Amino acid sequence: MTHPEASVATTAAAPALLRIQDLHKAFQTVEVLKGVDVTLARGDVVTIIGSSGSGKTTLLRCVNLLEEFQRGRIEIDGQAIGYREQGGRRVPCTGAEVARHRALTGMAFQQFNLFPHLTALRNVTLGLIKVRKLARDEAVAIAEKWLDRVGMLERRNHYPGQLSGGQQQRVAIARAVAMTPRLMLFDEVTSALDPELVNEVLSVVQGLAQDGMTMLLVTHEMRFAYEVSDRIIFMNQGRIEEEGPPADLFNQPKSLRLKEFLKTIKI
Amino acid sequence: MTYHFDFAVVWRHENLLLSGLGLGLVLALVSILIGCIIGLAAAFGVLSRHRIFRIIATVYVTTIRNTPILVLILLTYFALPELGLRLGKIQSFIITLSVYAGAYLTEVFRAGLVAIPRGLREAGLAIGLTEGQIRRSVIIPVMIRNVLPSLGNNFISLFKDTSLAAAIAVPELTFYARKINVESFRVIETWMVASLMYVVACLIISTALRFVERRLAIIR
Amino acid sequence: MTDYPFLMELWAARGAILNGLGLTVAVSLLAIVLGSILGLFVGIGLTYGGGMVRFALRCYTELIRGTPVFVLILACFYILPVTGIQTTAFQAGLIGLLLFCGSHVGEIVRGALQAIPRGQSEAGKAIGLSFSQNFVYVLMPQALRQILPTWVNAATEIVKASTLLSVIGVTELLLATQQVISRTFIGMPFYLFAGAIYFAINFAIEQLGRYAERKVSLP
Repeated sequence: MTHPEASVATTAAAPALLRIQDLHKAFQTVEVLKGVDVTLARGDVVTIIGSSGSGKTTLLRCVNLLEEFQRGRIEIDGQAIGYREQGGRRVPCTGAEVARHRALTGMAFQQFNLFPHLTALRNVTLGLIKVRKLARDEAVAIAEKWLDRVGMLERRNHYPGQLSGGQQQRVAIARAVAMTPRLMLFDEVTSALDPELVNEVLSVVQGLAQDGMTMLLVTHEMRFAYEVSDRIIFMNQGRIEEEGPPADLFNQPKSLRLKEFLKTIKI
Repeated sequence: MTYHFDFAVVWRHENLLLSGLGLGLVLALVSILIGCIIGLAAAFGVLSRHRIFRIIATVYVTTIRNTPILVLILLTYFALPELGLRLGKIQSFIITLSVYAGAYLTEVFRAGLVAIPRGLREAGLAIGLTEGQIRRSVIIPVMIRNVLPSLGNNFISLFKDTSLAAAIAVPELTFYARKINVESFRVIETWMVASLMYVVACLIISTALRFVERRLAIIR
Repeated sequence: MTDYPFLMELWAARGAILNGLGLTVAVSLLAIVLGSILGLFVGIGLTYGGGMVRFALRCYTELIRGTPVFVLILACFYILPVTGIQTTAFQAGLIGLLLFCGSHVGEIVRGALQAIPRGQSEAGKAIGLSFSQNFVYVLMPQALRQILPTWVNAATEIVKASTLLSVIGVTELLLATQQVISRTFIGMPFYLFAGAIYFAINFAIEQLGRYAERKVSLP
């Protein structure tokens, strides 16, 4: 898939699907991201690890434009999102543009955030009908395909309140991927789950990774991160401290911070 | 002193009483529907980022809630014509009751909106819905279901407030009760019947509402 | 200069309007005080009373709360004389209002008492407090804090409901105002003026309630 903007904006190197450059983000006076650069090629699976407060969730939320950012640039397929240059000044995009940018990425949340008044099926079809403007039958067919994929087809007519946490999260993932995003963001999708429900969700994520979906994850499940990721990014105090293949990072950490971090968690 | 009860004299006017009761229900129903629209707009006003909307909505709610409804009814019916706005009794009363209901429903809707987890809006944004679509497809439907019990209570108290329409001679239940009271002199029976009709109607409404709530409630 | 005649008439009618305001304040205050005392007993009865007491009180609160205040006041006004109780319109209206207030306060008190954890009254019993000591020193102080906001709300409802006495001929603020209007044919400004006074009274009650809430709030 080629984009007119992509050929202009991205330079010689391999075409990046996601390119984050010098991202700065502050909440009032507290600087949470202090110049972050991340590049993902198509099909990359990258996991961000780090202690709480290191800025990893904020980074993910910036990519989905759920947070504003003050400096830097985020491109998806060579297209800058959220802000554009106008007469040398940086101006926020309009609501409609932002909505279009957001549709390029899909996001799964720690708290699932399923719409409580809609069944599993209608949670998935809502975006297909309202955003992608698909006909009802078409939307249902796509939704059923994805619900089947996450093992939730049988419960398509259940309401979120009737599902376990793991089941809700699987529906939430189906809702996101059904929109055929170019990039999936997973924000601690197992953190709110009881331990026995974690695996059913992780295996869904793993399945998507094997299918070649590009994704950026934040997780505390280190074994899972090790198995599924092409690359690991270790964040500390708003900066990327170390980045590389899982085997390198977990087995031969270079920075002191990462060594300390790995000691505090059980793998 | 002995008093011989004679309910037959009062119940002879059952058609009047029942039609009065029906009119009261219709007045309350129409008013709560209009009131919901006003209340929804004002609730978004109270929560708006813009100071001017917040001020307008807050002034509206505080003023109406602290003013006796009888004053509002008389003001609308007797004083508005002085400004050239001449309305029928029923129209005038419906306007008053709607504006009155709107002020109370604003608070109901505001609380309902505040109680909705932020994550729902973000989930909507994440799949590319616009703010307007999120409001229509997610926020308002979830909020309405959550506030159904308070909506029901508001409807019941609005229904009771329709008794005040008698003050401007709208022929509802209280109006007929006074008429029958004066014509029949069966004082105790008249007011017992009227009161019981209100009580029973309220009971039926609240039972029906609980049934509707159960049907519409979000399954948790 | 359209306001000029209004201000003149207002000044001319100041006596009548002040008298009306006095009656409004008097009847509201009496109804709130007497109704709250009644409601306190109703609430205690609903919470601790035996089956018969509770049933009787339930009938009272349900009946009153299901009936519009207006009907209640009209009923008191028309029925009391027939049963041989001679009352003035003011007294009949007051009785209607206080019955209304009592049923609402009763429900508020019951709710607050039942919301206190069982452990509180058991702890009181355990240190040897009698039922009344337990109630006065342990339960009621806790219930009062919870009651305050809703009780303030009930008080403003009574002030608003006092306007209904105008219909049975008590010249409280609204009827006094209406009489001035029928004499002067100036409607809108006088209605707005009356509305503003009611607003001021209720707003003051609310602010007072907020102040009291802050005063008694537990850390």
